[in-house]
Amino acid sequence: MRLFKKSVNLDIALTHLLSKKKQTFVAMMGVTFGISMFITMISFMTGVNEFMMELTLDGSPHVKIYHPIENKTVAMDSFAGSAEMTVLHHPKPKNELPKLKDGHIILEEISSLPEVSGALSQVSSQVFYNNGPVKFPGMVVGTDILKENELYNLTEKMIEGNITDLLTYQDGILMGLGLSKKLGASVGDRVSLTTPEGQTFFFRVMGIFAFGMGAIDDSRSYASISTVQKLLQVDPSYITDIHIKMKDYNEAKSLGVRLEQSYGYKAEDWETANEAVLVGEIIRNTMTYVVSITMLIVAGFGIYNIMNMNIINKMRDIAILKATGFEGSDVSKIFLYQSMIIGCLGGILGLLLGFIFSSGINQVPFPQNDFINIDTFPVNFKPFHYTLGIVFGVVTTLFAGWFPSRKAAKVDPVEIIRG
Amino acid sequence: MSTLALKADHISKSFYDPVTFEVLRDVSFEIEKSKFYSIIGKSGCGKSTLLYVLSTMDTDYKGTLELNGNVVTGQSQNELARFRNEHLGFVFQFHFLLPEFSVLKNIMLPALKLGKYSKSEIEDRAYEKLKLVDMTEHALKPASKLSGGQQQRVAIARSLINDPSIIMGDEPTGNLDQNNSRIIVDIFMKLAHESGQTIITVTHDLDIAAQSDNVIEMMDGKIISMT
Ligand SMILES: Nc1ncnc2c1ncn2[C@@H]1O[C@H](COP(=O)(O)OP(=O)(O)OP(=O)(O)O)[C@@H](O)[C@H]1O
Ligand SMILES: [Mg+2]
Repeated sequence: MRLFKKSVNLDIALTHLLSKKKQTFVAMMGVTFGISMFITMISFMTGVNEFMMELTLDGSPHVKIYHPIENKTVAMDSFAGSAEMTVLHHPKPKNELPKLKDGHIILEEISSLPEVSGALSQVSSQVFYNNGPVKFPGMVVGTDILKENELYNLTEKMIEGNITDLLTYQDGILMGLGLSKKLGASVGDRVSLTTPEGQTFFFRVMGIFAFGMGAIDDSRSYASISTVQKLLQVDPSYITDIHIKMKDYNEAKSLGVRLEQSYGYKAEDWETANEAVLVGEIIRNTMTYVVSITMLIVAGFGIYNIMNMNIINKMRDIAILKATGFEGSDVSKIFLYQSMIIGCLGGILGLLLGFIFSSGINQVPFPQNDFINIDTFPVNFKPFHYTLGIVFGVVTTLFAGWFPSRKAAKVDPVEIIRG
Repeated sequence: MSTLALKADHISKSFYDPVTFEVLRDVSFEIEKSKFYSIIGKSGCGKSTLLYVLSTMDTDYKGTLELNGNVVTGQSQNELARFRNEHLGFVFQFHFLLPEFSVLKNIMLPALKLGKYSKSEIEDRAYEKLKLVDMTEHALKPASKLSGGQQQRVAIARSLINDPSIIMGDEPTGNLDQNNSRIIVDIFMKLAHESGQTIITVTHDLDIAAQSDNVIEMMDGKIISMT
């Protein structure tokens, strides 16, 4: 019986909508436009965000363990226990190497942790790259190149050359694209490096890579671990960094804290290392949501106006319905159904159109660029965004229809019928 | 069981805009069940106003109104709507149909709202009522495509759809020719005398008044005679 009553109201709502097809269509288009823009913007913006995130995450460890050189001084120790007050000016740190003691054991322990997907040890050092009389500061990283490839997909990032060449040539080096440009070096050329201790060595460029991040590409080179150890004149147990990739990168922070506690070295997680990137992402996301929601609200006002006009035009009908026994709540349902139908249909169409637009953007070729390795603009296709879009669309139209429909419920039939 | 269909007790109503004007002045009367009543009087004497009060649509009056033994004065709008739906049929002075709906649908809507019968039963009943007013052939036309008199006949059919105990009409035959007018009056007589429904119509047609069981005559917001 109740269902029956409902269907009468729905029936009337549908008849009203169909008898004013043009108006219905215009109202629907408002919602469609709002939601399709919302979907397009959010898909594109989060696509870009996620791509940048991946780019950042791709080239950096989830957790990095290293030995920070602090301004620790031994001078103070000599005065310890003395009753006099001692003032120390400009203390010099003791000569400490950034070495991870028992690095290989630490690496083995970390590699066996269940939440870790891979880990490697590196010997890294600041060096100067010489191009004639000009020196460029940079880094040289001694690493197990195959392991490095496992963690960072180095093969994909190679523009020229082959990573396995490092295994065969002792003096081979893989160089970042930006750095190679600064040095004017291409594959096969010999470049010279100067260590902080002042030794100069020659290396042969075996390959050129690009991560798409200036911080890496403009300064870094890879060489084999033993080569760099030789360069720095240290023993084969000497390592400076351990890089860890997690199975779930969200757990990096907590692992970092634990590792710091158990080994006493600095363990920096990616979020801390890339704070600036994350802040940028939050700002972009906020802007996307604000703009999209504004568009939906504008569409909502459109519906509000149309429903209001609709009700003014339908005063006579409302009066007749009430005179023949329809209650205020029935009348308000009739108009609420109308805006709901407009909202739902317009919303679904909006999702569809949004999907088409974002697929379109996803087809647009990305301007060719050595640094960034994508063919087309990055776009996300997340069910969550589509759910959000339709929920938002329906809620907005519900609100937009609510006030006019309350007004319709309060129409006094006698006033209209009296003429 | 009471034989009263309607009891109006000291009903007064004033309009305040633009000046205070008392349209109904202390009107009291009773209407018996299964009778055909006519209300007559000069234009502007308050007939329509009285009928709107009796129909429960206008609640802005002083006095008490009883319909079928229930005091309806003071009931909520929703209660009144439900009461109208089930017990009252109404034909307006200016035929009022829903223009977007077919003739058939116009007649069916109050019954669909009542929800007492299934949709197909309601459709059958609607065709029955259409046949009474000789409009069957126009059943599927949109209501907006009918002549004034045709619309009025459809409105009469609609007022009958829920078999209301009281049917009120504000000049229900005002737009009809003599022949159709007589058909409607015959229907009303039959409903009153054979189905036990009560008919109250405002009319200017003295022939109709002469045929009805009782005549209420109004002047300047008062009832001056009841026969
Ligand atoms: N909304 C209103 N505001 C003020 N006065 C009104 C209003 N409606 C009706 N009146 C006045 O009330 C009086 C009675 O009107 P009503 O419509 O009841 O007359 P009636 O007897 O039905 O006339 P008719 O036979 O022409 O239909 C008239 O003088 C009219 O001017
Ligand atoms: Mg009148």
